[in-house]
Amino acid sequence: MTGTALPVVETGCTDAPVLKERGQREVFCGLTGIVWLHRKMQDAFFLVVGSRTCAHLLQSAAGVMIFAEPRFATAILGDRDLAGLADCNDELDRVVGELLARRPDITTLFLVGSCPSEVIKLDLAKAASRLSVAHQGRTRILSYSGSGIETTFTQGEDTCLKALVPELPAAATDAPALLVCGTLADVVEDQFTRIFAELGLGRVDFFPPRRASALPPIGPGTKVLLAQPFLNETARALTARGATLLSAPYPLGVDGTTAWLRAAAEAFDVAPERFASAIAGPAQRARTALARHRPTLDGRRLFFFPDSQLEIPLARFLATECGVTLLEVGTPYLDRALVAAELAALPLTQLSEGQDVEKQLDRCLALRPDLTVCGLGLANPLEAAGLRTKWSIELVFSPIQGYDQAADLAELFARPLNRIGRLKV
Amino acid sequence: MQLTLWTYEGPPHVGAMRVATSMEGVHYVLHAPQGDTYADLLFTMIERRDARPPVTYTTFQARDLGGDTANMVVTAVREAYERFRPQALLVGESCTAELIQDQAGALAVGMQLPVPVVPLELPAYSKKENWGASETLYHLVRAMVGSTARPRPSRDGRRPRVNLLGPTSLGFRCRDDVREVRELLASIGVDTHVVAPLNATPAQLATLTDADANVVLYPEIAQTTAGWLQRTHGMPMVRTVPIGVGATRDFLTEVGTVLGIDVQSVLDRPASRLPWYSRSVDSTYLTGKRVFIFADATHAIAAARVARDELGFEVVGLGTYAREMAREVRDAAKSYGLEALISDDYLEVERAIAAAAPELVLGTQMERHIAKRLHVPCATISGPFHVQDVPARYSPQMGWEGANVLFDAWVHPLMMGLEEHLITMFSEDFEFDETGSHLGKGGGRREEGAGAVRILTSVEATGPSRSTELSDTATMASVDVVAPLVDAAAATSVAVAAAGPSWSADGERELKKIPFFVRKKARLNTERFAADRGIATITVDTLYEAKAHYGK
Repeated sequence: MTGTALPVVETGCTDAPVLKERGQREVFCGLTGIVWLHRKMQDAFFLVVGSRTCAHLLQSAAGVMIFAEPRFATAILGDRDLAGLADCNDELDRVVGELLARRPDITTLFLVGSCPSEVIKLDLAKAASRLSVAHQGRTRILSYSGSGIETTFTQGEDTCLKALVPELPAAATDAPALLVCGTLADVVEDQFTRIFAELGLGRVDFFPPRRASALPPIGPGTKVLLAQPFLNETARALTARGATLLSAPYPLGVDGTTAWLRAAAEAFDVAPERFASAIAGPAQRARTALARHRPTLDGRRLFFFPDSQLEIPLARFLATECGVTLLEVGTPYLDRALVAAELAALPLTQLSEGQDVEKQLDRCLALRPDLTVCGLGLANPLEAAGLRTKWSIELVFSPIQGYDQAADLAELFARPLNRIGRLKV
Repeated sequence: MQLTLWTYEGPPHVGAMRVATSMEGVHYVLHAPQGDTYADLLFTMIERRDARPPVTYTTFQARDLGGDTANMVVTAVREAYERFRPQALLVGESCTAELIQDQAGALAVGMQLPVPVVPLELPAYSKKENWGASETLYHLVRAMVGSTARPRPSRDGRRPRVNLLGPTSLGFRCRDDVREVRELLASIGVDTHVVAPLNATPAQLATLTDADANVVLYPEIAQTTAGWLQRTHGMPMVRTVPIGVGATRDFLTEVGTVLGIDVQSVLDRPASRLPWYSRSVDSTYLTGKRVFIFADATHAIAAARVARDELGFEVVGLGTYAREMAREVRDAAKSYGLEALISDDYLEVERAIAAAAPELVLGTQMERHIAKRLHVPCATISGPFHVQDVPARYSPQMGWEGANVLFDAWVHPLMMGLEEHLITMFSEDFEFDETGSHLGKGGGRREEGAGAVRILTSVEATGPSRSTELSDTATMASVDVVAPLVDAAAATSVAVAAAGPSWSADGERELKKIPFFVRKKARLNTERFAADRGIATITVDTLYEAKAHYGK
């Protein structure tokens, strides 16, 4: 990783010590990724094979949004399923048959492993290939793990995309093509697509695609640009199929977006003048919009609880573009290779990996930050303790990448501070 | 294996969490994998609780499974005890921990802590949330009260006193029901001794038998415990749930009988406005409104009685997701000439509601969404519920004030009486706009209410209808969080079958003269009427023949 594009700070976090903790982890499991993955790939269905807890988690995380029959469900294991695995597989076949009969529009079905399905060693990969034969020509059936014992929150997207990699068609040519990897909101994809066209990159695909039945091709000419910092296994699987992984930070904030786009431009030998002219307009208006939030955020002291693995790039954006002072940046996993460019640009701060939530709360309450980024389980209790908070899950569910979202991203952090200034009660 | 899209109840350990979170001085150690901590946000977000639930999770991961997960339990129990110093400790397992068989409860009991440790075995693969709450309360009460029969307290020289059993965190309007029932009991000279589990301490539970009787406010949660206190300690119980004017009167009568006191003077002057509001002329339009009721058993049974006997509605559907109380709901349904719907499959509930063609749905958060899609007004009467169903204002369901709340909450989603009349009058006025919305972009109620307010701002109740709208764009958390996830296009995907006879131009024109809020029903009924009689083209006459056929 070169990280050439972001300004490297003198005392960055590349070699910063990391506080590693193992205790109670107040984080979601990988099943939660279904909430945004099913919205992205609208012809896919996600069937969790798990317990009532899994079903309850999904509807709690999705906020009981019953706008339509959802494109996810849980096959809830019962006592009889636990008694014999053979019967359990028969039951799964029956449930999948029922489901596909009711939803003929589904082209791809994901069987999603959960904590209980993994503990009883229900082999969903085997079930998927068995069911693929049964439903051949109609529905592709794949499996991945979203269990809490294997995955934390956004890692569920990594395991899902990794399961899709073997299905990607081989590219017809070795001509260079860009593959942007990691779920982005459609509006963000469209913005990037326009910029890539300005740069004259040629073929650009996004992964995951909007339709699971229209998978992008992959081959030796494919250059992978990660849009999300939690796709370690997917990146490895893509490179195993001959693709090249580009070194880049993540497209958060104006500088992050410029550096991310530049990594693609350089890989495609785009002339620097052409690059500069393509980004000039969007970058300038992003800077203007972002400047409005700087006074609210400048000099504020921030504390990140671990959540999505987006914490390092977010902290870098807040510190270098919004003037925030970082007290602690917690992340569930620190994958140094995937965030190398981010760490180099992140002003020295306390990094923590993993969690012991009670101890971390003690540290947070002792430091009394101006803003604490945390999950929904902790937010109101911290507010009641007199701290201002920003729910981290919103950072995963909202469009925050790219130039035209840079100010929106800053506003998400500025809003709680703005709000408390307005309230006179 | 059961295919489930949405669930009415969580797993049983969430029921245990509701009991622990209701109380003071209790801590719950839950052997559970990483991710199960999501349950905290039910309490901190839906109920806006200002403290974390008193739960410590072991949050084991795959790398721990080969090693010593049992030791993680011991560590978690020790650290939780030292940090929180509870009066009593609950120790149990979630679904995954149940499979790895570490016997978390037994391990904790073996640690010889200086406080009662109550092991919970809540089978996650056969039982659900309310059952889990009921079992947890029962085991905790048993642990604190003990099984040695004590002498019944003497009554001389003091007012009678009762315990209120069943109100919990995340129970529907429990906070306000407790206050209302306390005041109701005070009005007949009865003191409230212990309320449990809501805001109780383990030490208070130990004094439960000092009361003269137990009032079972929520049978789903408290029936088991009250039954045990009756069998073991000879405590009588009051079983009438005081929801509605009639049930409140019956409740007071039962309390009077159980405690041997005269309550007649209070029965003679019921302090609710519901009876007069129901008799006032504006309410005549409520007569025979078709209502579908689906909820937990307590609220479903109570709502049916209020709907029929106190508002003059016609109950066209009654059901529950609470299988433990299926028998009670079946019996109630029979008295309305109905077959009860006992199901936790929300698609089945949706089909039943669509088939019954109600004019009002009383249900849970699930039914609110079903009703929204079917364009039928709805009020929430039971959990599971949404953050907006935890109002800032005092809003009980029980007692005299509860009856007032029911009148308002169920009637406001409907077209007001005078309003209904005027809409019919104005419907052909060229300035009448039945598609315009007072709710701004993206907000409009589709079938009813929209145009009416332009004429009738003085009688229209925008508050309730506005909040009903918000339920669809707001999650329990926030509009912003999920706005990008909302599949707005799919919102209209529930199609009502429309194939069959075709409409003549005259017939179609005449149909448009029918008030819009009943037009869809008129269209469907006419089409059904025509189809049944093999009429290919619906004329003006067909329309009025159908009207005569279906007329009330």
